[in-house]
Amino acid sequence: MTRQNRRILVNKVVMALSTAAAVAGLIFLFWIIGVLFYKGFGALNLDIFTYDMAPPGREPSGLRNALVGQLLLVLGASFIGVPVGILAGTYLSEYGGKKSRLARLIRDISDIMMSTPSIVIGAFVYAVLVEPFGHFSGWAGIAALAVIMVPIVLRTTDDMLQLVPGSLREAAAALGAPKYKVILQVVFRGAKAGILTGVLLSVARVAGETAPLLFTSFSNNFFSTDLDRPIASLTVTMFNYATSPYEEWIDRGWAAALILALFVLGANIAGRMIVRRKR
Amino acid sequence: MNRAIDLIFHNTTRFFAISVLIVLVALFAVLFNEAKPAMDAFGLDFVVNSKWAPNMEIFGGFPAIYGSIVSTLIAMLIATPIAIGIAIFLSELAPPWLAVPVGMAIELLAAIPSIIYGMWGLFYLAPILRDIWGGNGLGLMTAGIVLSIMILPFMAAITRDAMKTTPDILKESAYGMGATRWEVLKDVVIPYVKSGIIGSIILALGRAVGETMAVTFVMGNAHKVPDSIFKPATSIPVTLANEFTEADTDLYYSSLFYLALILLLISFTVIATAKFWFLRNLRERRI
Repeated sequence: MTRQNRRILVNKVVMALSTAAAVAGLIFLFWIIGVLFYKGFGALNLDIFTYDMAPPGREPSGLRNALVGQLLLVLGASFIGVPVGILAGTYLSEYGGKKSRLARLIRDISDIMMSTPSIVIGAFVYAVLVEPFGHFSGWAGIAALAVIMVPIVLRTTDDMLQLVPGSLREAAAALGAPKYKVILQVVFRGAKAGILTGVLLSVARVAGETAPLLFTSFSNNFFSTDLDRPIASLTVTMFNYATSPYEEWIDRGWAAALILALFVLGANIAGRMIVRRKR
Repeated sequence: MNRAIDLIFHNTTRFFAISVLIVLVALFAVLFNEAKPAMDAFGLDFVVNSKWAPNMEIFGGFPAIYGSIVSTLIAMLIATPIAIGIAIFLSELAPPWLAVPVGMAIELLAAIPSIIYGMWGLFYLAPILRDIWGGNGLGLMTAGIVLSIMILPFMAAITRDAMKTTPDILKESAYGMGATRWEVLKDVVIPYVKSGIIGSIILALGRAVGETMAVTFVMGNAHKVPDSIFKPATSIPVTLANEFTEADTDLYYSSLFYLALILLLISFTVIATAKFWFLRNLRERRI
């Protein structure tokens, strides 16, 4: 075999292998998505949205309390995490700049916090907000999700604000605007779409978290909006139902999984579309 | 007036920025404090002691630490070549009409909550593996496979992004000299983005080692070092998820925090290495 033929052959083999790897990986991923949609849509019905969780065998029953609990937890975490993240990100971009040691340290710490195991954050919040009070509570769940949310919002806000051209800031400052007005009325306006995308992605991320809720908000079989008590969530209910021996609970776990996945995917797609339209 | 508002705004934003530091310090301090009784009782032997007997008040972290490390290694061994294959396929092989939608699908799959991967593992993968290997189909190998599929989209997406940073002009000069695609990859792209790829892989490892929900269902939950990777085992996150609400004595509870602290230290080290050793070089070179 000539040298040239061998080179062409090696090239073909490697390219075939990488195509095969891509196809194999995609098959597994789409298998999972297929199962999720097949089982999820099979178990989905109107009762799920209108009735609360019930012991196996008792009909009608659904997931209404878990859906409401999930909504409260994610909204609560967003009310804390979004403003804190945006303001902290504003500091890094507008007051910290590239040279500030403090700003660089906070950026690095946030990067690490984004990948910190969420179950460790759950244990931390348990020690701070559950154990001293002697009971699980919705507030503890909200706190755990907010701790996960802040670094994500912070980093995207920081990145997005830095994309706003410096000349815009200078133009506003030259007109005599004080710095806070420059930030609130010029810089924020320029980075609006990017910040909104960051917020949507962070909401999607915390909505899918189970581990930090297991021993903070725990679960509740009854309808409750009292955040001072344990509260049901879709994810913890999925965990409890999937490990139960009851066929109908397992099916309902798949329905919960589908609702959750559709929400998370929807938020991700919306976030991407906002950025794309802006461009 | 304006100066007063400016000052307030400046300090408010700084306060929230610093709160991130405070939370991190508090995280370490609280875990350390809660783990203290177990540290005093077992010392560093906790890490190598493999006996976990809550009824006798004896706690050793080795089975959980071993399970975390082995299941993560299995996941990395499976996912790394496939993720690099997908990245090569997307950045070098696929035509744009295919690469764009497939790339987007992979990014979306990275956002699917990990508990869904765990449910698939329990109801679909475990029965198949049970038929192949016998036993109950749960264990480190099953956990490793589920984990590898869960981190695959994340790993493939960031590896592809790293590969894309190679300047086209470098690749074009190699093609211009008659190099094949593989030679361009091997001699131009990979040397150029090597540290980015290694960083991406380590970052995925950091995610995998702390992952709870994808593996809790399929680990089998046996508190010992299994004699085979096909037998039930446990890992740090799985132990925490299953036993945290059951801990009935102070020492039991404290031992779980000891495990949580070890997990935090492992993931912190891994992620910091990826970010500051490998990915920082990449960022600086791009500028």
